[in-house]
Amino acid sequence: MLNFILLIFIYIGIYAIAAMGLNLIVGYTGLLSLCQAGFLAIGAYTTAVLMTTFHMGFWESMIISGFIASLFGILIGIPTLRLKGDYLAIATLGFGEIVRNVILNWDSVTKGPMGINGIPGPSIFGTTLSSMDKPAWIVIIWIFVAATYYFIRRIIRSRVGRALEAIREDEIAASSMGINTAKYKIGAFTTGAFLAGIAGSLFAAFNQSVAPLTFDFMMSIMILCMAVLGGLGNSFATIVGAVIIVLASELPRLMGISHIIPPQLNQILFGLILVLMMIYRPQGIIGRIKLNYAKIVKEEISDLEK
Amino acid sequence: MPLLYTQNLRREFGGVIAVADVDIEIFKDSITGLIGPNGAGKTTLFNTITGLDFPTSGHVFFKGEDITELPAYKITRSGIARTFQNIRLFKDMTVFENVMIGRHFRGNNPKIVKNKFLNFILGRIYVKKEEKDIYENSIKWLNFFNLLDMRDEYAKNLPYGKQRELEIARALATEPEILFLDEPAAGMNPQETDSLMKTIKRIRDLGITVVLIEHDMKLVMNICDKIIVLNYGKKIAEGTPSQVQNNKDVIEAYLGKTDD
Ligand SMILES: Nc1ncnc2c1ncn2[C@@H]1O[C@H](COP(=O)(O)OP(=O)(O)OP(=O)(O)O)[C@@H](O)[C@H]1O
Ligand SMILES: [Mg+2]
Repeated sequence: MLNFILLIFIYIGIYAIAAMGLNLIVGYTGLLSLCQAGFLAIGAYTTAVLMTTFHMGFWESMIISGFIASLFGILIGIPTLRLKGDYLAIATLGFGEIVRNVILNWDSVTKGPMGINGIPGPSIFGTTLSSMDKPAWIVIIWIFVAATYYFIRRIIRSRVGRALEAIREDEIAASSMGINTAKYKIGAFTTGAFLAGIAGSLFAAFNQSVAPLTFDFMMSIMILCMAVLGGLGNSFATIVGAVIIVLASELPRLMGISHIIPPQLNQILFGLILVLMMIYRPQGIIGRIKLNYAKIVKEEISDLEK
Repeated sequence: MPLLYTQNLRREFGGVIAVADVDIEIFKDSITGLIGPNGAGKTTLFNTITGLDFPTSGHVFFKGEDITELPAYKITRSGIARTFQNIRLFKDMTVFENVMIGRHFRGNNPKIVKNKFLNFILGRIYVKKEEKDIYENSIKWLNFFNLLDMRDEYAKNLPYGKQRELEIARALATEPEILFLDEPAAGMNPQETDSLMKTIKRIRDLGITVVLIEHDMKLVMNICDKIIVLNYGKKIAEGTPSQVQNNKDVIEAYLGKTDD
């Protein structure tokens, strides 16, 4: 039982990283993206291939995975960020499906539907972790959760965050204030993709295997649910959203009644959560935190010489 | 040479010719009024000049350079700012933040803006100096409009007249050489309009050239050095307020043709 709870919190951590990345795109910048699972898949498979075929270590593979995912973030970002609202969402949805299909059919590299097995665990302090070392994994993954939280906080509290907020409020006004909106939008998209790539890499190394069916559209929706449920534009709320969503989807197994609950129930559950939230609490459980940039800047510059 | 001029500027929407081969010249340190009946193409002309819309044909020159194809943010950076007919403030941001965004891309020293990414990761000292510059300049513009005591209000909570002023403050924070105002007095009461007239003159006295669209004829006739009249996308007249007031075509455009 303890083992199972540890397992759940490992997954919560991995999803929280990807969901905070998505929150940067959707919550802070106001772009609806439905392909976070695609970036996770790219991260997971990059790590899988680098570690099995090229016998690279985990930590190098993870960094490379993050960058490859963000590279795809740029590639999809440039043509699609001209699109607005619904059109952008549909384009990202298509991208996620393309990624999944490429992985499914590029047998020579991805081993197709079989997936890649036998991914070694990361080595740390001279020992190699396996999926069994759950306490160590919990620590590693939640360090990444904390780092992601801090990283996003740093971005949001800076002038970059101010620009993202302005773009979300009114993109046309922002561009006529001299803000290069395309640059910031692609930046947010790429950073979100990078974080999903890192999450995917952790996912692959923890499970020591990857399979294409994992990274389906439902996963993108689940990650979106986490960000929406907690409250868009609030990284802490996103973590809370990840806790709730993963717990809710594992509840049948936790209560030992998984054999009588069909697995499709999850999908119904996510759909229901999205619908109910949109009707009754569109701002999410916790809601957005509005920063006061004038105060932040005043504090920040208080130690500068006159 | 004019500070800004257009050559055969044209914008068509399907069959509608919103701006029909218009040439205008804006001289430095002047206040130019752009008037015309509803739908005459005034806003469209502003949009094509400021890069929010692109002309079907023709050119825009600013300080001798062709800026026709530049995107809006580059046009703003080159020294052209604007406000909107339907106020476009960042509604859920504070008054102070709105002005800070106006100042966003300008550091007071070119060295400061360089290596932004490295600064962000490392020392932060240059980023801090840049932020300080943004902060202090925002205070300056808030003071200019007496908005400082409302600095922490959300823009959407300001009275209408104050929102219009805040939008001008935000535009001025970009440090423009030329400022385009699209119906700045719309929705203002007579006192507010009077104070706006004084403000526009103060802006001109700072060495900023002003172009404004306005339906309030008292305001236009009082403060403009030159007036350009559009009708059905065409420039039908230009000149001093008194020249334009007595122009037969202008009277016809506004009152309808009275041939008897
Ligand atoms: N995006 C657009 N698509 C189609 N037609 C447009 C568009 N923008 C403007 N028009 C048309 O172009 C013409 C000029 O419109 P514009 O808004 O420039 O007029 P205006 O002089 O600013 O009028 P007002 O005094 O009412 O603000 C109108 O016939 C309008 O319907
Ligand atoms: Mg108009």
